[in-house]
Amino acid sequence: MQKYSGFGLLKHALTYHENWQRVWRNPKPKRKYDVIIVGGGGHGLATAYYLAKEHGITNVAVVEKGYLGGGNTARNTTIVRSNYLWDEAALLYEHAMKLWEGLSQDLNYNLMFSQRGVLNLGHTLQDMRDIQRRVNANRLNGIDSVALDTQGVQEIVPIMDCSANRRYPVLGASWQPRAGVARHDAVAWGFARAADAMGVDLIQQCEVTDIITEDGAAVGVETKQHGVLRGDRIGCVVAGNSGVLAKMAGFELPVESHPLQALVSEPIRPILDTVVMSNHVHGYISQSDKGDLVIGAGIDGYNGYGQRGSYPTIEHTLQAIVEMFPIFSRVRMNRQWGGIVDTCPDACPIISDTPVDNLFFNCGWGTGGFKATPGSGHVFAATLAKGKAHELAKPFSMFRFHNGALIDEHGAAGVAH
Amino acid sequence: MFYIYCPYCGEHREEEEFHAKGQAHLARPKDPDACSDEEWGNFLYFRPNPRGLYHELWVHAIGCRKFFNIARDTQTYEILETYRIGESPKLSQSTDQQQS
Amino acid sequence: MTQSNRLPRGGRIDRSRPLTFKFNGQTYQGFAGDSLASALLANGVDVIGRSFKYSRPRGIIAAGAEEPNAVFQLGATEATQTPNVRATQQELFDGLVSQPTSGWPNLNFDFMGLMGTILGRMLPPGFYYKTFMFPQAAWDTYEKYIRKAAGLGRSPREPDVDIYDHLNQHTDVLIVGAGPAGLAAALSAARSGARVILADEQAEMGGSLLDGGYTLDGQPAAEWLKATLDELARYDNVLLLPRSTVNGYHDHNFLTIHERRTDHIGDRAPANHSRQRLHRVRAKWVVLATGAHERPLVYGNNDLPGCMLASAVSTYINRYAVVPGNRLVLMTTNDNAYRTAFDWQDAGREVVAIVDTRQGAAGAWQEEARRRGIKVLTGHAVIEARGRKRVQGAVVSGLSPDGSQALGSDQVLVCDTLATSGGWSPAVHLSCHTGSRPIWDDEVIGFVPGKTVQKQLAAGAVAGRFGLNECLEEGASLGALAATNAGFTAEPAAVPTAECRPETRPMALFCVPHHKRNSRAPKQFVDFQTDVTAAAIELATREGFESIEHVKRYTAMGFGTDQGKLGNINGMAIAAKSLNQTISETGTTIFRPNYTPVTFGAIAGRHCNDLFDPMRYTAMHEWHVKHGAKFEDVGQWKRPWYYPKPGETMQQALNRECLATRDSVGILDASTLGKIDIQGKDAREFLGRVYTNAWAKLPVGKCRYGLMCREDGMVFDDGVTSCLGENHFLMTTTTGGAAGVLEWLELYHQTEWPELEVYMNTVTDHWATMTIAGPNARKLLSELTDDIDLDRDTFKFMDWRQGTVAGVPARVFRISFTGELSYEINVQAHYGLHVWEKLFEHGAKYDLTPYGTETMHILRAEKGFIIAGQDTDGSVHPYDLGMSWAVKEDKPFSFIGKRGMKREDCVRTDRKQLVGLKTLDPGIVLPEGAQAVDDPNQPKPMKMLGHITSSYYSANLERSIAMGLIRNGHNREGDIVYYPLENGRVVEAEICGTIFLDPKGERQNV
Repeated sequence: MQKYSGFGLLKHALTYHENWQRVWRNPKPKRKYDVIIVGGGGHGLATAYYLAKEHGITNVAVVEKGYLGGGNTARNTTIVRSNYLWDEAALLYEHAMKLWEGLSQDLNYNLMFSQRGVLNLGHTLQDMRDIQRRVNANRLNGIDSVALDTQGVQEIVPIMDCSANRRYPVLGASWQPRAGVARHDAVAWGFARAADAMGVDLIQQCEVTDIITEDGAAVGVETKQHGVLRGDRIGCVVAGNSGVLAKMAGFELPVESHPLQALVSEPIRPILDTVVMSNHVHGYISQSDKGDLVIGAGIDGYNGYGQRGSYPTIEHTLQAIVEMFPIFSRVRMNRQWGGIVDTCPDACPIISDTPVDNLFFNCGWGTGGFKATPGSGHVFAATLAKGKAHELAKPFSMFRFHNGALIDEHGAAGVAH
Repeated sequence: MFYIYCPYCGEHREEEEFHAKGQAHLARPKDPDACSDEEWGNFLYFRPNPRGLYHELWVHAIGCRKFFNIARDTQTYEILETYRIGESPKLSQSTDQQQS
Repeated sequence: MTQSNRLPRGGRIDRSRPLTFKFNGQTYQGFAGDSLASALLANGVDVIGRSFKYSRPRGIIAAGAEEPNAVFQLGATEATQTPNVRATQQELFDGLVSQPTSGWPNLNFDFMGLMGTILGRMLPPGFYYKTFMFPQAAWDTYEKYIRKAAGLGRSPREPDVDIYDHLNQHTDVLIVGAGPAGLAAALSAARSGARVILADEQAEMGGSLLDGGYTLDGQPAAEWLKATLDELARYDNVLLLPRSTVNGYHDHNFLTIHERRTDHIGDRAPANHSRQRLHRVRAKWVVLATGAHERPLVYGNNDLPGCMLASAVSTYINRYAVVPGNRLVLMTTNDNAYRTAFDWQDAGREVVAIVDTRQGAAGAWQEEARRRGIKVLTGHAVIEARGRKRVQGAVVSGLSPDGSQALGSDQVLVCDTLATSGGWSPAVHLSCHTGSRPIWDDEVIGFVPGKTVQKQLAAGAVAGRFGLNECLEEGASLGALAATNAGFTAEPAAVPTAECRPETRPMALFCVPHHKRNSRAPKQFVDFQTDVTAAAIELATREGFESIEHVKRYTAMGFGTDQGKLGNINGMAIAAKSLNQTISETGTTIFRPNYTPVTFGAIAGRHCNDLFDPMRYTAMHEWHVKHGAKFEDVGQWKRPWYYPKPGETMQQALNRECLATRDSVGILDASTLGKIDIQGKDAREFLGRVYTNAWAKLPVGKCRYGLMCREDGMVFDDGVTSCLGENHFLMTTTTGGAAGVLEWLELYHQTEWPELEVYMNTVTDHWATMTIAGPNARKLLSELTDDIDLDRDTFKFMDWRQGTVAGVPARVFRISFTGELSYEINVQAHYGLHVWEKLFEHGAKYDLTPYGTETMHILRAEKGFIIAGQDTDGSVHPYDLGMSWAVKEDKPFSFIGKRGMKREDCVRTDRKQLVGLKTLDPGIVLPEGAQAVDDPNQPKPMKMLGHITSSYYSANLERSIAMGLIRNGHNREGDIVYYPLENGRVVEAEICGTIFLDPKGERQNV
């Protein structure tokens, strides 16, 4: 792999940038792989990378129906944090956080992981109880998380209206300094480039039309463009399409697909250095390095695969932003878009074996997938390599929805994303 | 934003008056106590979640407060029919595979 | 300063109204009818910004929504600062103050510009992914500098002083765009009687007809335009919306229109006027007549000020009477752009040459050029512009017939303006917003709207029909079709005929080849605002970014505030060529709302400040305010939290309220509790199914507490339900849960058990509810009622009575959330304040003390009563709460939640269970949310047992009390657990029962 550095950039500048290598190959698919990963998003590519790097399994194909990182990896609001309430979730997301730290160097690709901190605001007394509960749990789980009062919030975000005369005044917040944002596309590209360099075949424009099973075990996938690809183990990481893939394998998942919308303003001069999230007034915001205010809220209530949602969601989101930041009222919205998120009833993912042998699913991340990308890939790679769940993945079995051992993140902490 | 025909009001109204309530035609088991954990879990949580034709339950929450069913394409978001609770859809689940 | 480029006559400006404005600190003059851009060009202002990455001087290129460079900061005051206003779309007003959004320290010399030429070569697309990685900790510092370059304009630092509003519209036909096609469509539709909305982003309707030159039926086009607008204005069924951009096309024909009502008058809207309005339109049918955007050609140094779109030059001349230069070179791939050279010449300035990229182009347009004595170079192209802060020359070379190579020797044409036209791209944006993909059409040399499920028609240039006559005819016919589809009888309106020169075939050319490879040629800009060049796109594809989405994301093409209106098609063509694909194979990125940016405030509308969310008040609210209550937000309600007396701390107030209630009598405004009236012969059966406990035998006149679970067995609400009659019940719910509970009840009734005859309605707002609690409650109430027998043995605990209180009809419930003798008095809401005040009149002698939610919480915690949503979180079932007494397992119907709480994980014995907790130091109040551990010295991550759900100082018990969840807690009474707090302190607490006061419940039974 061609190493990237400032010096390399200078060298290439002298030759008019005509000699840069391809970031990844366009390989002709082999007929047989040790592991086939369906889905070339951030999680799938991270899985491939860690399979090769940590487990020495390089005879791996990542099969992607569109382009790499073109699903929710391309459509999220790039927030990374690990301050989840329940131990199972907190440990998984903190595992991811530790991988984020140093990932640019690990991949030799600048992911612009920027630990500018995330605030989760509280506006009611119950919000504040929930914040205390979560902050205390985080702290004892070794996660940097502190509770702030109104004054503390105001100091971190001087431009927010923290006065008592708002409709829902800011009473305080939880604050995770190590949390932040990363450049979403770069995450997919960085993992893809590094996985490709270790021999993983990244096969774009290749749509899986069936999962082939023999004697109750998965043995390969049928694709529209390249026929049958056989694999010893198959991992599906297809956010927004999990239900469709599960149906091919003959089972259902406790997952529903919903539109999740986001929007950006026109770029403005830097004015907001942290990520501010409010579940109560229902909106969150950060400012990208390009200057756009990146804004989102919750999912639309209905099922949908359309990568778009309903307009009132956008209205409510901007009402929330203007409620928190009355100074942004004259800023203008440039663009909105939508992704498809696979949501689980307990707002926690599924990293699991399935009723079909040798077939594993990693899905149901809802609105929280991006931040987990390296952690998700890491534990899923271990799960695929060993054929059984990684220790951190065990609580996230799809069968928890039978025995009742749910990890109810939204019921408890009420923090989306 | 959807424009939804409420089969009770007999009018098209804006989506803001309605709440989506998930998949339609999910009958509560007649004898829950006889269900295994797996059966009960399947009833509670596991869903076909189709891409394409989907029958879903909505409620005219800020209107007549009636629940009713919608057959909708989850890809194009077209509403193909709405019908009252207890009525059967004209379009059936067997045609779910129209799109992928 | 004089308006050196202003023509002495012509244009649609009002020369009798000169206007003064500021740009970059300088004062200029323009006229009413000018855009900010036309006024700047009239004044000969060339450099209006610096480019974002390379810091190159930039000028105005276009005249409309596609302008990438002239993006300014507007506003004379801090509160009216408006970032990123496009000068081509901003009408000039007197006193307008504008600033460039880039270029430090000034536009004409800047340090970054110098750095830009040196460093420019170091900044290929995606350079930031390849560097700034070492050392790891330095990224924060690198990023600080990267962020300095971010953004265009700036946010105001003060809250907006203007208001915005929304209008909901229903229409039969919405026509988007009031150019020739849209106007003709509007005539047809309007005459049928259909309700028509005609919206156009510009101040004046007319579209291309405003840009002059056309004759219709032998008359100037302006005459037909005026007659048409006059006719449309006469119809009651037509709404004309100028200055109104249709920005989003959403599902089921829902569209949003952003109307700028006062931005042409001044910074700030006149008093009581909304600055902008968002129309939320539900249209039966939509006619898109959005026109097309001209494509510039891509060539070396094509970003020099003076490089402009051909049609924009014509617009400035004809509409604004501004010629933005003296000597013009026009490069074109088509006949239509010759018009610009003719306009230029008619304005009295010199046309140096028309450079036509087509070999042997010959026809009516070339004939006219010859007649005018204009030099035409066919089969040639401008490969490079020369100049520093303004075009000084055009390097012209021969072009191979397929447009792939520059041939022969160059000549340099001296000029100061270089207009180009690469043809027209239909403005398909809106047609794509709901997921329809546009289709490449080789004839049109552009994308046209694709198949859609919306009720939508496309007329004129947006559909690839560029001729004026075609536009008029298609508009008229599709306007009639839309009205017909919407149920009206409509005929296509008769439209006039334009005299048009026949046009010969245009050439599909996007990037003009240089003698050097694109990587070595002078920069050929594709997207000006994001500084994306042809070489950058080629580099992206060479590196393997082959999907057009990858190209976009890697290079940032189309990410600007113009969203690629000017450059995207050129960029796609360059990518396609580089990948050896057709443009059709390469495809487009996805068009998303908004078409042009929309003010946040306009989208929020009136739903901000106090109107962000409705506030709900009880009937006694004014009394609470008058008596100094602090309020708590619970759902949308404002509830009194506590009533501090002057000088009291919160804790002092709570202590006083708690003691007064237990010692004499206190009063709580409980009106916000949800109240659902339930009737019908099967109401009792229904209650038995939705509550966990038994309801079959509850007699009339009695009340009972019940728990509600979801199907998973987890508690989600609770409350007291009273039997008002054999088939009539009143259910109470938590304040925040009321609406959800009612919908949930209806869900089960309507979908699962429609055979049950039961009717439910919310009556929360009908009743004012006040709870008097304490040993003197009976005495107090007895002074206000003479028809309710309050005798302790006839009106028992958990009974209710109907009667008169303070002279008004009342329902009195003897229920208690405090453990005290307690009556909950319900009167019709409008009597609430009266009864409340009467209670105080009579209560003075008992020191009747109002208490708020906080004291209520303390008093109930002393008794171990739970609050659903505080002591529960959706993960605890009744057994976890130690409330098996509230679950009746042997009811004939398997009530909701019963099966769920029997699942494998729910019957574990080591679940987190609700217990009481007493700190060993009685003075320490544990923080709610503190987490318990068995060993406070274990390493992190620690094994946590559960958290504190409720915790208070109890003045009655003179110590702290708490409730919390503890793993296996019901079997651990007497154990000590540890709470390591944030401040480093570890608090020890003993697990105990949840009832701290009066365990036998004697106080409420007195």
